[in-house]
Amino acid sequence: MARIAGVDLPREKRVGVALTYIFGVGRATAERVLDTTAVSPDTRVRDLSDAEVARLRQAIEREVKVEGALRTEVAMNIKRLMDIGSYRGTRHRRGLPVRGQRTHTNARTKKGPRRAIAGKKKAVKK
Amino acid sequence: MARSIKKGPYVEASLQKKIEALNTSSEKRVFKTWSRGSTITPDFVGHTIAVHNGNKFIPVYVSENMVGHKLGEFAPTRLFRGHSGRAAADKKVSTGA
Repeated sequence: MARIAGVDLPREKRVGVALTYIFGVGRATAERVLDTTAVSPDTRVRDLSDAEVARLRQAIEREVKVEGALRTEVAMNIKRLMDIGSYRGTRHRRGLPVRGQRTHTNARTKKGPRRAIAGKKKAVKK
Repeated sequence: MARSIKKGPYVEASLQKKIEALNTSSEKRVFKTWSRGSTITPDFVGHTIAVHNGNKFIPVYVSENMVGHKLGEFAPTRLFRGHSGRAAADKKVSTGA
């Protein structure tokens, strides 16, 4: 079993894809790490030798900020925005889109499921 | 597109001059500015600047981790008072109970 950065890699997938199951590793980072460690991205995770797994683990721990550390960094960045009272911070606080998107409609990813507005009359069909 | 690094951060010339004057005389004084687009540089730290929000001037105390942001980010231009329905509905519930 290949366990890197606290994440179990799916055994049946190619390493190039399997590495992206780690938070903070996408396709680009995965390919780069595989390149530096001289592991073929085409090998399946179950076919990796122990040495290769060790090399990958070491490379990722050394070069890439992943999982918990990355999550804390992101949270810290958002917290900083909120603490200095910037516009972006207040948008985060209110759970609204931060980068100037419209909120008249859409923005459901940030706002979550629609909430019924009390006392609003439904449009009457003619 | 991001601003060219060659030019350095944008700070309105008059604002820059005022900050420098305050720094050389090492005094603290609130002054008004309309230049919301100016980047906060390390020189600004510790000063309070009244930033125009289109209606009035919002005093912004510049702290260290505001460096790199723009003045306008700290003087919101919109005032959201809430939607009519929600406050009215809340009131109805509280009086009804």
